[in-house]
Amino acid sequence: MTERRPSILIVDDEFSIRDSLTHWFRADGFDAVAAEDAQAALRAIGVRSFDVALVDIRMPGMDGVELQQRLQTAAPEMAVIMMTAFASVDTAVLTLKRGAFDYVTKPVDPDELGHLVQRALEQRRLREENVRLKGTIDELVDADPIVGDSEPMHRVLELVRSVAATDTTVLIRGESGTGKELIARAIHALSPRRYFPLVPVNCGGLPGTLLESELFGHERGAFTGARERRNGRIEMADGGTLFLDEVGTIDAKMQVDLLRVLETKEFTRVGGNRPIKSDFRVICATNEDLERAVAEGRLREDFYYRINVVTIVAPPLRERPSDIPLLVEHFVRKFARQMDKRITGVSDEAMEVLLRWRWPGNVRELSNAIERAMVVGKPPLIQPDDLPVNHVAAPAHAPGSGSAPGAAPAGSANDSLADVERRHIAAVLERTGWNITRAAQILEVDRVTVYNKIKKYGLQRS
Amino acid sequence: MLHVVPIFCGDRSDVLGPLAQRIAATFELDVEHRAPAFDPEVAFDASRGQYDSRVLLQHLRDTTPREATRVLGVASVDLFIPVLTYVFGEAELDGRSALISSFRLDNELYGLEPDPQLMFERLVKEAMHELGHTFALLHCRRSDCVMSSSTYVEGIDLKPDRFCDRCLRALRRKLGNSKIGRRR
Repeated sequence: MTERRPSILIVDDEFSIRDSLTHWFRADGFDAVAAEDAQAALRAIGVRSFDVALVDIRMPGMDGVELQQRLQTAAPEMAVIMMTAFASVDTAVLTLKRGAFDYVTKPVDPDELGHLVQRALEQRRLREENVRLKGTIDELVDADPIVGDSEPMHRVLELVRSVAATDTTVLIRGESGTGKELIARAIHALSPRRYFPLVPVNCGGLPGTLLESELFGHERGAFTGARERRNGRIEMADGGTLFLDEVGTIDAKMQVDLLRVLETKEFTRVGGNRPIKSDFRVICATNEDLERAVAEGRLREDFYYRINVVTIVAPPLRERPSDIPLLVEHFVRKFARQMDKRITGVSDEAMEVLLRWRWPGNVRELSNAIERAMVVGKPPLIQPDDLPVNHVAAPAHAPGSGSAPGAAPAGSANDSLADVERRHIAAVLERTGWNITRAAQILEVDRVTVYNKIKKYGLQRS
Repeated sequence: MLHVVPIFCGDRSDVLGPLAQRIAATFELDVEHRAPAFDPEVAFDASRGQYDSRVLLQHLRDTTPREATRVLGVASVDLFIPVLTYVFGEAELDGRSALISSFRLDNELYGLEPDPQLMFERLVKEAMHELGHTFALLHCRRSDCVMSSSTYVEGIDLKPDRFCDRCLRALRRKLGNSKIGRRR
């Protein structure tokens, strides 16, 4: 995590001004770049970012007033300071109303200029810090702690503590809804990188080109609609942790690109050519059978080995039923606070129902069930009737018996449409040996839809 | 070898000898005094009544013999660069030429009692600072370093006439002399 030099763009048509300011700021440790006119300035911000711009108002062609507008549209985070002669102070004031940081009158007192630029840098730093802190607060407010006192969860937490202090790449595996992101957040929170952001990326939700832009960012004009430069998630994770969720869904080209970035920690924005460094730690998560993906050629072997350094397996809820009462208590408290409801717990009968269900959607499904019950239930306790119908109607079974939802008994006239769909998809998947492409053909939907349905219903191979 | 070149020094020329001694001791360089080989009036800007430090620097560089690794111009006139109202001095970053002026270091300019010793100390610090730039040192964020930036004269008084450890290490590397700074 090296200290970055502040950067400044100096725009003036007069060589002597440009030259002397550039030297002055370089001696002060700035990364200073000069532009002789508005076009050169716009070209400069098209390929890289600056903290501050010093812009002369009077220039031939596009003047400083118009340039200020364009700079602030293209790079809104950059502070623009106008330079003016006494005669054009009114114009300088106009630019202030349009968002310029301040203006100076030429020739300017060096003390005044130095302080002004430092103030602009400080304001920018505070604004960035503010955004980061708000994000952190949001995360803290929304975040669920890892709840569990069972043996499998103790093993997970022990591993979390031991890998947190290192910079090792961690792969978190587990079924959908088992809390893989919570484990990633716990590792980050215990790591030396905790004061920097944890940046999550859901790789499964984005097609290849969008994922590329999301991860690497893009330059202005890199593609249709790229009207502003945008920093990518990798850049945002500088100093912190990059969390790649659903890593098994990344396409082959992106695997190659990502592999290179993970090894060099250097990348270029889409449409750019300037290498950017970012110091981040990587945590990946997946609910896929990665070894099978490698065997089927969907996942590159080198990428697999790069991300599979230390593995933490998030246990399914059916393998830790003793945690259900603790989780229920946690969710009741959380939703009671959010909904401002005086429900304090669940009745014994309702708990019996909750303990009997096998939770194919794991903790997320349990959370949803409690949230729903909190909406429909009445204080002081959640009753069986408040729980989802299929939970109440479920036959008793031994947790972890391994019967996948897809292998559920044939449907009855009481089944909902969702139940029928779930059973049918599970049956097709079993029949095709979980060949997603083949299953998608039979179901006459695309592969992404099949993946989404698998996730939605928590289906798994028996 | 460091050449010291007086520019309009007039009655201030008495400080050149002691200044050269201090600089020679600091940088462990041999010092030679030399008269300017150009007419400093070329740098005068009548509209501002000041001297363009960039023009003086350029002439210093172009007229200094090759055997001098550094040249320090010492002026007593008011210096400016086009966009700024004044400068205390200027240097070529990682270059050969540096220039300082005593004009704004004098208490009398600010309506105070003259203090020749204080002015001399300011001149020494400015000379170390600008020569530091010629050895590729940038402004230092530490206030206890002579390379910290001073944009007003009291700021010069606040900083010491020595380099912080970090700048000193960089200076030693640049000069290939690990003894610099040990004698103080």
